[in-house]
Amino acid sequence: MAQKKLGREIKLMKGNEALAESAIRAGMHAYFGYPITPQSEILEYLTEQIPSRHGLVLQAESEVAAINMIYGAAGAGARVMTSSSSPGISLMQEGLSYIAAAELPCVVVNVSRGGPGLGTIQPSQGDYFQATKGGGHGDYHLIVLAPASVQEMSDFIFDGFRLAEKYRNPVMILSDGALGQMMEKVELQEEWSLPYTENPWATTGKPASRERNIITSLHIEVELMQEINHRLLAKYEQMKEVEVRFEEYMTNDAEILLSGFGLCARICQKAVDLARAKGIKAGLLRPITLFPFPKKQFAQLGKQVKVILDVEMNAGQMIEDVRLAVNGTCPVEFLGRMGGVIPSPEEVLAKVEAMAESLFTVESGG
Amino acid sequence: MTTEFSTSEIDLVETKENYECVYEKPDTLTDIRFHYCPGCGHGTAHRVLMEVISELGIQEQTIGVAPVGCSVFAYQYMNIDMQEAAHGRASAVATGIKRVLPDKYVFSYQGDGDLAAIGTGETIHTINRGENILILFINNAIYGMTGGQMSPTSLANQVTSTSPYGRDVSFCGNPLKITDLIAHIPGAYYVSRHAVNTAGNVRKLKKAIKLSFEYQKLKKGTCFIEVVSNCPSGWKLSPRDSMQWIEENLFPIYPLGDIKVPTTNI
Ligand SMILES: Cc1ncc(C[n+]2csc(CCOP(=O)(O)OP(=O)(O)O)c2C)c(N)n1
Repeated sequence: MAQKKLGREIKLMKGNEALAESAIRAGMHAYFGYPITPQSEILEYLTEQIPSRHGLVLQAESEVAAINMIYGAAGAGARVMTSSSSPGISLMQEGLSYIAAAELPCVVVNVSRGGPGLGTIQPSQGDYFQATKGGGHGDYHLIVLAPASVQEMSDFIFDGFRLAEKYRNPVMILSDGALGQMMEKVELQEEWSLPYTENPWATTGKPASRERNIITSLHIEVELMQEINHRLLAKYEQMKEVEVRFEEYMTNDAEILLSGFGLCARICQKAVDLARAKGIKAGLLRPITLFPFPKKQFAQLGKQVKVILDVEMNAGQMIEDVRLAVNGTCPVEFLGRMGGVIPSPEEVLAKVEAMAESLFTVESGG
Repeated sequence: MTTEFSTSEIDLVETKENYECVYEKPDTLTDIRFHYCPGCGHGTAHRVLMEVISELGIQEQTIGVAPVGCSVFAYQYMNIDMQEAAHGRASAVATGIKRVLPDKYVFSYQGDGDLAAIGTGETIHTINRGENILILFINNAIYGMTGGQMSPTSLANQVTSTSPYGRDVSFCGNPLKITDLIAHIPGAYYVSRHAVNTAGNVRKLKKAIKLSFEYQKLKKGTCFIEVVSNCPSGWKLSPRDSMQWIEENLFPIYPLGDIKVPTTNI
């Protein structure tokens, strides 16, 4: 196989395809996945490209099988990825719990859609709780990255593999059907630009020179299990210290703070511009890592602003973390759309205007 | 008690020198004592498997997968790189390993609940893809680890903790002969049924395992070996009676022998 190294390139691509192309460029060794709308382009793109490039792609018989193939291949030391959409991600939860417990690196992409149940194939952010609170059984966390553009669908693959390997922890890219399907300009990163080091803990066959490597999550003795729980917790604490990522927009003098992740952050940014044009001091805090959550930033801004408006494409999930972070220092209101409905910047603006008005009324009447 | 025990151990060490060693533990087994119940077939199956790996000299190239079930601790005993898998998912995990390490030897070691109930989908599709691995299927016709519940391979009228009046086949279905089903899948290269109840059967099983690793090198498909085994604790029988129970009750339903053999010689 010719190993021609592709340089940085600017292209017009669908989010799903940009993500798949980036996975190849990031030196992914293997992908295991199962078709589901709205992310099937990832599997399709990989099955088209990989035979003439590098890596391995295998269509599994189910998401349950796919995540366990990921477990096996990650345990054997490979850089691996799977992707699915909400119902399929639900099927992967047992496997993800095992992977987190066995401390194996991998990237899992959720191009999420509306639920519960079979729901709709339209975009949703209804999997926030599942993604950020563990999702499967036991005390564990995934690192969760929330892209808001096709560019980030591409870049976060590199970040995802880097973080997964740094922490030996699964990383989830929590996207949605709109980001997966829409086309945008994207600057693809250079091929093979992500270094890969062999994992001394991997099950590659035991040479006489070392003890056997064992991948397991079984710890029958309670003290040992608790010790492992503490070790995992320490890892999550370290992530909270050094891996928090967020974006602030016009927050310096903001009185009304919008909060939203992924697609909603883009919508909110536009709403901030519209509000500013009307003389309302609005700003935006966008969490990029949903776990670890930018708690400190919310706590700080919570003391500065008069009110927060949290905008999500669900019934109100991240808002719980926002409220915990501000801890009562300012009210947190909610604007949510569900079932695949995407809120418009104008809708958000209308809510911001109403909030501004009531603040003004309270103040002048005060 | 303690003193007595340690004295007899010293005796053993002393007398050892006067004997010639004719049969010992292969280097592919660790010194950790098996946790299996007295008379359980898992121990013999472990030993035979690891003897083969030792004799073929493939310890450094072999990765094993043992899922949840009585043999979930296999990694403590097998002195090779191993992965513990979720219940039913061993063959998917083995697929993941083999696909990224295609030149290594990979096996999964699964019970009947694991392979023929919760993991049936993975079993069928792993073999349908013709994954070049060995699947060693320990069929003891019961869920051993969880305390003797009915399994898909439990016999008609077999009394278990979840079929206390005997397995009613009109209600729960008949014993699933999954090995016979598997033999029909083109991806299966070698399918054979064995047992560990007699020395002769143990020797035959060993031969089959050896052959399956030789076949694995050819990359022609999945090798599948069923081991009809026992569960004295789950069956509520003495080890000796359980051996007889295998002969009288399991063999008629699960007859020993090759079910599918390669048409070309190696
Ligand atoms: C998802 C899940 N369901 C159920 C269990 C509980 N469980 C553990 S082992 C087992 C059955 C094991 O029986 P078998 O595979 O026949 O192996 P044996 O113990 O008899 O060797 C069950 C039901 C589990 N660990 N995980």
